[in-house]
Amino acid sequence: MKLLFQIFLTFFKLSPITFGGGYAMIPVIQREVVEEKRWLEEEEVTDLFALAGSIPGAIAINAATFIGYRIAGITGAIAATIGVMIPTFFIVVALSIFYVFFSGHPKVEAAFEGIRPAVVALIVFAAFKMRKSAVVDKTTFAVAAAAFMLLLFFRFHPVFVIALGAVSGILLIGIKDRLGIETAVDDHEQQIEYFMGADI
Amino acid sequence: MLWLLFKTFFLTGLVSFGGGYAIIPVIETEVVWQGWMTTQKFTDIVAIAGMSPGPIATNTAVFTGYQMAGWAGAAISALAMVLPSLILVLIVASFFNRLNHNRVMKSIFYGLRPVVIALILFASVKFALSTGMAAEVNLHVASLTGIFIVSLYSLVKRGTHPAYVIAMAGLVGMAFYS
Repeated sequence: MKLLFQIFLTFFKLSPITFGGGYAMIPVIQREVVEEKRWLEEEEVTDLFALAGSIPGAIAINAATFIGYRIAGITGAIAATIGVMIPTFFIVVALSIFYVFFSGHPKVEAAFEGIRPAVVALIVFAAFKMRKSAVVDKTTFAVAAAAFMLLLFFRFHPVFVIALGAVSGILLIGIKDRLGIETAVDDHEQQIEYFMGADI
Repeated sequence: MLWLLFKTFFLTGLVSFGGGYAIIPVIETEVVWQGWMTTQKFTDIVAIAGMSPGPIATNTAVFTGYQMAGWAGAAISALAMVLPSLILVLIVASFFNRLNHNRVMKSIFYGLRPVVIALILFASVKFALSTGMAAEVNLHVASLTGIFIVSLYSLVKRGTHPAYVIAMAGLVGMAFYS
């Protein structure tokens, strides 16, 4: 029980600094979990982060769940997940209350008028950052273009397009393997770069 | 309402590959389709979620949940977003590392990554349309486009922190649009 509370507290403290995306957490987690508490080895934490990136959901939360599990099994995983989520949850709810209270106020409306194009820039920037790891060859470029068309012009549901992407990955690699074409399907560093700040 | 929020965000959590902005159009499609709010209001929520610490997709879900059904809505949305990941992490953790070296898994991501980039670009186009950036040519639209260009420039070339960009754009808006 004491260990579970310690896990909870560790991730509770770390959570508010996950501002710059999940990977901003790595050095801090390493210091806490590896050097201070001596729960895990350094390489283990790095591996867990890579693994956390290949599971749907925010990398910071997934990594916390993974690390909690490695330390104390299922209850550890749950303690870490709750710990990492609670601070940001309350911050966001506080902002929501603030938003309900002030939306409609001319000054606030004016601020949002200016913020909206900045959000568009933020999103374009997110796409820009992952271009190298996502579009690695002509095939992936075609997949990206096709997916974009399906979304914008044919109004496919995003969930359906995501499923199509997964299936097309298997099919395309299958076909390429048959034809004997080499494909760079894995690049560990690329994946790291792709997820860096992906969930700012 | 709570059940609807749970269902929507559980599904969203399940397909949240790549995290962050790729998931924004998934939530947007659901939220607008359900008639919960307009794209424009949703953009405001994304802006606030982007300024808060923590993952943007989860923050957006919590914010939407709160707007729709108060505290309970926020809690249900957070739970629904994290539950699929939690279950999958527990499954993967029990056969640690084998997944990472699996060729099928790698093929899936080979196809998923370009889709993620398409989703993000799609989100930017949708939001740009909702701000009226492409509607007509006048001074107001030109100034919005100006904010967009300056923001993108500072993010790409100057490495400015996203929260700082949003704050500055807010101040500019306050100064010029009120």
